[in-house]
Amino acid sequence: MTVTRKAGKSPKQAGLGNPQLMEEPETRKLIHKIVALAKRTGAEDVEVHIDEVAEALTRFANNEIHQNVAERGLTMSVRTIQDGRTARVTTNRDDEDSLRGAIESAMSLAKSQPKNPRLLPLPGKQRYRRVRRFDPLTARLSADERAKAVRRACDLAVSRGQIAAGIFASGQKQTAIGNSRGLFAAYRDTHAEFSITMQQGTAASWAKANFGSVKGFETQALAERASEKARMAQNPVELAAGKYTVILEPSAVLDLVGFLFYDFSATAIEDKRSCLNDRVGKAVFGENISIADDAYHPLQLGAPFDGEGMPRQRITLVDRGVVRNLVYSRSSAKAHGKKPTGHGFALPNEYGEAPMNLVFSGGNSSVDDMVRSTDRGLLVTRLWYIREVDPYEKIMTGMTRDGLYLVEKGKIASAARNFRFNQSILEMLRNVELMGPAVRATGEESFEMVVPAMKIRDFHFSEVTRF
Amino acid sequence: MHLRHRNLTTKNGQVGTLAQSESLGIGIRVLANGAWGFASTDRMTREGVMHCAAQAVAIARASALAKRTEIKMAAEDFYIDSWQSPFRKDPFEIPLETQVALLLAADTEMRRVKGVTLTEAGMDFRKIDSWFASSIGSRIHQSKLISGCGIAATSFRGDEIQKRSYPSSFGGQYALQGYELVDSLNLLKHAQRIAEESVALHSAVQCPEKTGTLILGGSQLGLQIHESVGHPIELDRVLGQEANFAGTSFLTLEKLNHLKYASEIVNVVADARIEHGPGLGSFAYDDEGVPAQRTDIIKDGQFRGYLSNRETAHLVGLKRSSGTMRTESWNRLPMIRMTNVSLLPGTWDYDNLIADTDDAIFMETNRSWSIDDRRYQFQFSTEIGWEIKHGKKTRMLKNPSYSGITTEFWNSCDAICNVDQWVLWGTPNCGKGQPMQTMGTGHGASPARFKNVKIGMAFAKE
Repeated sequence: MTVTRKAGKSPKQAGLGNPQLMEEPETRKLIHKIVALAKRTGAEDVEVHIDEVAEALTRFANNEIHQNVAERGLTMSVRTIQDGRTARVTTNRDDEDSLRGAIESAMSLAKSQPKNPRLLPLPGKQRYRRVRRFDPLTARLSADERAKAVRRACDLAVSRGQIAAGIFASGQKQTAIGNSRGLFAAYRDTHAEFSITMQQGTAASWAKANFGSVKGFETQALAERASEKARMAQNPVELAAGKYTVILEPSAVLDLVGFLFYDFSATAIEDKRSCLNDRVGKAVFGENISIADDAYHPLQLGAPFDGEGMPRQRITLVDRGVVRNLVYSRSSAKAHGKKPTGHGFALPNEYGEAPMNLVFSGGNSSVDDMVRSTDRGLLVTRLWYIREVDPYEKIMTGMTRDGLYLVEKGKIASAARNFRFNQSILEMLRNVELMGPAVRATGEESFEMVVPAMKIRDFHFSEVTRF
Repeated sequence: MHLRHRNLTTKNGQVGTLAQSESLGIGIRVLANGAWGFASTDRMTREGVMHCAAQAVAIARASALAKRTEIKMAAEDFYIDSWQSPFRKDPFEIPLETQVALLLAADTEMRRVKGVTLTEAGMDFRKIDSWFASSIGSRIHQSKLISGCGIAATSFRGDEIQKRSYPSSFGGQYALQGYELVDSLNLLKHAQRIAEESVALHSAVQCPEKTGTLILGGSQLGLQIHESVGHPIELDRVLGQEANFAGTSFLTLEKLNHLKYASEIVNVVADARIEHGPGLGSFAYDDEGVPAQRTDIIKDGQFRGYLSNRETAHLVGLKRSSGTMRTESWNRLPMIRMTNVSLLPGTWDYDNLIADTDDAIFMETNRSWSIDDRRYQFQFSTEIGWEIKHGKKTRMLKNPSYSGITTEFWNSCDAICNVDQWVLWGTPNCGKGQPMQTMGTGHGASPARFKNVKIGMAFAKE
């Protein structure tokens, strides 16, 4: 038996076009072959993960492309279970000797530890809701097409005396899981991202979009937006630190609330490392805050199954400010008498599970509405270098970046120098006065989620920087 | 490159993660039509590699569609060499049972302490083999062995979560060493102490909000160097190449040799040579085929040097790259990274420094770190603080933090401990670049004293 895929068939590629992913039957066959090899090698039970990527990223700065990369890769990850013990070994070498070596290493690693009383037998076959998130146009997007779009954005910058920097990325990936109890699940998607910073003198601003399809955004519209906001960012005034009403654009909201997602893990509560310790069932946030985890939301990407192969469930985490539910892996569900919610990480791990597809309920106000309703406050484009200062009150520190604007009497009055904030997210989500519609937001501190712009009172800025 | 990784952790008396991985592949960087292209593949057949090379050329030609300046590379010799990082014990040859047993024993020691609610311990080992070949004729094989190890105890009580880690936070200490690193750390000796401190912090006094004297422990000072010296001196940031993501730098080109970065007692070097120590930034050649070097960054307080590569060296008047191009893996483009950016030891004996201090706060073991995108304004908090009064370490303080402006802070340094306290700390998680790359960097530091520092702003109410 050989598990090496036929020469010339994979990776599928036409000339110098983008590599193609294996088709699902081929992926299924590869998993079955590895499972069979593991059983023949003596594994009691085995789980196989396949991850395959074909991605490219064009990076520009100083109005020209300076880095331009592409990668393809296939990894096979084998988890064996022997006598109440488990371990995982991952390789990207798909010849039979390498795979047998990975299986034997996993078995050897597993044997070296005491029995794990919480280790469960592998799950059997599951039913999954089908999601379609693969766009052939995005999968085919070429380096030339990305370069031409970048050129147009850079030309815009040059015409306005600005300097552009950013990325245009696109790619495709698949993840599949199968085991010796008959479970099989496979998912593939495409993704595209454009991010641009426009610098004018010592000021800068930024715009970014990330969608499953390159049709989800207009690169030149993002360049125009960043350019206009960079113009507005000239001559920032220095304001005193203190509490301000802020209007956070969706990217700024995302990068803050993205730090909350681990706290909804049942294992985090059990470990007493969550800010929701002793707070489940209580009104932790304002009544206007409702949060769900929903992998099937049309603005979300991601597989309909978790790292154990369990189907992802839509879970209401927060309902009108009250923490209603947590998410559970198979192990934490059993420990707490609950059903698994499909949020477990690949085993073995010490973190258990987490919601990865947060969706906020949002509101109806536009950012312009929020500005018009503000007598004095700050409009925040983006936050940067956010880190946790206090894990229980969820105080986060970080900086504003790339466009902070003073709002006075319902209008943008000027740019402002960037601030450092030290702000509890729990308190912040009790102080939300207005929200926009929830959108697919993208930043740099968190993965993409569906969140709204927010107008928030008493946001705490502690110090100001030099620009 | 061929990368092998083993990771084992324990939590609350049970094995958490037990995993191993390997990855083999090739990355090809080319200049074509005067522009850069990079492609990578794990298809290590003649056909796969040929296709990867052709793809890199096609990408470079696409880059040329948005090209405005000519690329000028600093000259470099070619090298044919093979290098193995020194180590005494190969962790991949140590029985796993031994490694798991040590972590579980440390875990048991921590869990003996009443009030501890979470215990964690971990080890991390990597073997990285790289074969570098370039069109100027270099053929370089390097083999590196990296080890990491640490423990942590957390205590939740009332409305507080407090944590103590040893020997450092976020996984512990990392070095270009073998299992001898684990042996040297003596986890069992420190397990009970940190567990007791995590519980005691609940009863400790809140760190005050004031402007005053600060003494930093070595590992925290290592991260301070990383954020407020190491990143600003990366020439790609200075030149705007990271403007969209990691940010730029206040260290614009005219400041070289003119800026008084720090007080006269401060000397910082970037040193990738193994003679500097077994740091995460130690190697024989960088990933552009340039030999490891030592560069003065701050000399007697004056700003003297950047981290450069062959493409940027000429912009700061250098005839040769300072040898700092590094890549995380075969599927990532080499880029300018820190090597070992270290504060050289001063002259103070640690006990004498404490005895010489009338009123200060000593802070150790990082808890959070943040700095603006031009590297002016920073804020750090640490797991624990101690009040220094009249030359003695007195009360424990909880939730300590400090903040400042980079050059003001470094100019306020008035005492640095000597070589007896100097440790080459490893930072394994430095993120930079798109696609993101995680790199290990080294930072030698001994405890040091700073005057007129803002303290306690992280918990200030107004």
